[in-house]
Amino acid sequence: MDLFVQQFVGGLATGGIYASLALALVMIHRATELINFAQGEMAMFSTYIAWTLINVGMPYWAAFFLTIIVSFAVGVLVERVVIRPVEKAPLLTIIVVFIGLLLTFNSLAGWIWTYTIKPFSSPFPDRPFGLFADITVRMHDAGAILVTLLVLILVYLFFRFTPLGLAMRGAALNPESSRLVGIRVGWMLALGWGLAAAIGSVAGMMVAPITFLDPNMMAFVLLYAFAGALLGGINSPGGAVVGGFMVGVLENMAGTYVPFIGNELKLTLALLLIIAVVIFRPSGLFGKPVVVRV
Amino acid sequence: MSNGAPMPTIAGFSGVAWRKIGLAALIIVAVGLPFMVSDYRTFQFNLVLIWAIGILGLNLLTGFSGQISLGHGAFYAIGAYTSAILMYQWQVPYYVTPPIAGVVCLAVGFLFGYPAGRLAGHYLALATFALAVAVPQILKYDPLEPWTGGVQGIFLDRPEPPFWLPINTDQWLYYFSLVITVILFVAAWNLLRGRSGLAIRAIRDQQIAAKAMGVDTTFYKSLIFGVSALYTGVAGSLSATVIQFVAPDSFTFLDSIRFFIGMVVGGLGSIAGAIYGGIFIVFMPNIAEEISKAAPGVIYGIILIGFMYIWPLGVAGFVRAVCARLVRGLMGSGGGEPGGAKEGTERQVPGGFTS
Amino acid sequence: MVALLDVKNFQAAYGSTKVLFGIDFAVQESGISTILGANGAGKTTALRAVCGMLNTAGSVTFDGGRIDDMATEEIVRKGIAHVPEGRGTFASLSVEDNLTLGAYIRKDRDQVTSDFERVYDYFPVLRERRLQQAGTLSGGEQQMLAIARALMLKPRLMLLDEPSFGLAPLVVQDLFGILRQVNKNEGVSMLLVEQEANLALDLADQAYLLETGKVVISGAADDIKGDDSVRQAYLGY
Repeated sequence: MDLFVQQFVGGLATGGIYASLALALVMIHRATELINFAQGEMAMFSTYIAWTLINVGMPYWAAFFLTIIVSFAVGVLVERVVIRPVEKAPLLTIIVVFIGLLLTFNSLAGWIWTYTIKPFSSPFPDRPFGLFADITVRMHDAGAILVTLLVLILVYLFFRFTPLGLAMRGAALNPESSRLVGIRVGWMLALGWGLAAAIGSVAGMMVAPITFLDPNMMAFVLLYAFAGALLGGINSPGGAVVGGFMVGVLENMAGTYVPFIGNELKLTLALLLIIAVVIFRPSGLFGKPVVVRV
Repeated sequence: MSNGAPMPTIAGFSGVAWRKIGLAALIIVAVGLPFMVSDYRTFQFNLVLIWAIGILGLNLLTGFSGQISLGHGAFYAIGAYTSAILMYQWQVPYYVTPPIAGVVCLAVGFLFGYPAGRLAGHYLALATFALAVAVPQILKYDPLEPWTGGVQGIFLDRPEPPFWLPINTDQWLYYFSLVITVILFVAAWNLLRGRSGLAIRAIRDQQIAAKAMGVDTTFYKSLIFGVSALYTGVAGSLSATVIQFVAPDSFTFLDSIRFFIGMVVGGLGSIAGAIYGGIFIVFMPNIAEEISKAAPGVIYGIILIGFMYIWPLGVAGFVRAVCARLVRGLMGSGGGEPGGAKEGTERQVPGGFTS
Repeated sequence: MVALLDVKNFQAAYGSTKVLFGIDFAVQESGISTILGANGAGKTTALRAVCGMLNTAGSVTFDGGRIDDMATEEIVRKGIAHVPEGRGTFASLSVEDNLTLGAYIRKDRDQVTSDFERVYDYFPVLRERRLQQAGTLSGGEQQMLAIARALMLKPRLMLLDEPSFGLAPLVVQDLFGILRQVNKNEGVSMLLVEQEANLALDLADQAYLLETGKVVISGAADDIKGDDSVRQAYLGY
């Protein structure tokens, strides 16, 4: 029972990280129909920035918030400078630009901070956390769940209850009508990228204590996040979040309980299961089927 | 020409004749290449041919039938391992393995394409990516080690050229690949022009209409998946022969990304594009390293992005546009095709398949 | 009197296909102008072009300043509200959210709150359906929402693209009555594109008749209404 709860909570912790990144992916997808393949690398880069700040002596939470702000700015910059020139290009061309971004961020990180694996401190003490009935879980797992949930709730509140959030939703739903009410759609897109980058940076900082910091740490996280977003429904932010959590739990449970899986085939299994779901429910668990008029 | 006017010419040759002259020139250069450059360069150009075949395979699937794949590295790996195992376990001669590897991949591709055909866009991208990630993991899987050689992989013997030919191994292997490349490219060209080609293009452009007109879309989509896998599998098989080593870590998902990049940079929906793509994939990392020893990846990424800004339709699209302008310029106002890409306010759909 | 909106030698094209071939029209301060014509004459194009949605040539002057090279959202910020063909509502957002977005660029928050009430007074049915998803409203209600949203901008000029389209005659009468009220009470100038020539000529002061991208007749709406030969030749009644 102990093991089950611990693995379940562990799954929720990584699931929260996948959910955050999945939300970032869905946000950009809603506005542009594109999946930002470089989201993971940008998050990794942000985490290195946080590492640098902590290393020069900044207290953890100060570094945490400064990193979020810097990541936001970088996200806006990337959209305006790199993505905007190609927004009218063919889809596959844009995908290659994303791949280029991915490679650039990855190599840049490797160049600036080397490929040596670094430990990344967790803000949460390394004590077991008593959950209930004598069952304990890792403090970092519990803390990560809390932080990611907080971020997700804040994002939800932002979009639901602020004028800017409403304007961003409008710009994603109907760019032309948005222009007709004076919304600067281009800047809304840039803000969306900034927000996605900020969310990604939180995901990176929460996962780094678990996986250790190295330029390739987010590759698999991105894949799981993508899978989670598809599982929940690529156009449903809420669905993507749920999907992310589900993937986290699934990955942990499969790794622990299914005998021949172990660490190597965990990824394969998770992906295969998700593909099976998607074959039977093409718009994901919570997505609305898109009706195409011929 | 439909209106009975005399065909426009440049210097006395028609447009079609110029194409044939260009092709002949290309073949002469390709055949003479090993004698003009060093052995190492010949080896590199051999790799260009191998990548070109693999990219053409992906192009058949994506440019042609509109099914995106981020997993072709898997077929490359399967083709390579098929050859390697045949050569290592049963001493099958290297020149017999490519067709076998091709058939194996045809089957795997078809079987994968059957359910995958129900997916589209991002979902299909993910499914194919899962394949790309799964295959190396399966190759490392312990129970299969007696066959696959596990993590260490399989070392193969270096083939010898026939004794009666006065060339060395690098040159011989280059010609071996060249012959297979030509065969496969001609086959692809024929496939595209035939009835199947028309059916498959109809599926890409308007799947629902194609179905309504009686095209068995499921079958064709699976078929093109299989053929696409065949091509990339043959490429993999050649790589095993040319490099004489296979290991799971040689076949990461990065290969799938490389095929994808090669296809888009070379030119989507273009046979010639596969060659340009192969050249880019093999030589660009070297160029990036020349520019910056410290951070070649950064340079590569920037060059890649730059390529897409300048030539969004790939090198082939650019070449087409330049040729069209040249033709218009040389023939005066009367002749020539109506130019390359048309600027619109929405995102462009890549044009149809051209040679 | 200097016109609020003054359009001279206006040309517009979709890509390389030219649709407007140098037309002139104007809207006076607190006035209503209408552009009439058959389908395909270029009426909708004219409105979209004024809003900067196409490639144009020629001059468009609004309130003394040139707007012909500006982006749509900047033109809107100058005080021009466009009620597009097809309503352009945010279908998955609520009625109230739609109206809130209509007032997005305004800085006078207290006025906005009272404007909500005013707009609901004009269109009581919207007040009833405040929290309903805009996409679930009927055609007539969506048209009212579109106009209400435009009013929330507190515009100097409203562009209306075929507001009568697809609506029952009684609903259309109501709608035009409200437009007349808005124009009288608040001085909002209007440029109205319509196929229902009768209704439009009743409402407007100035009228322009477009035929395949050129203005063939222009003048006071009353004159055109009264001229039988023009009516029969061009307006079909």
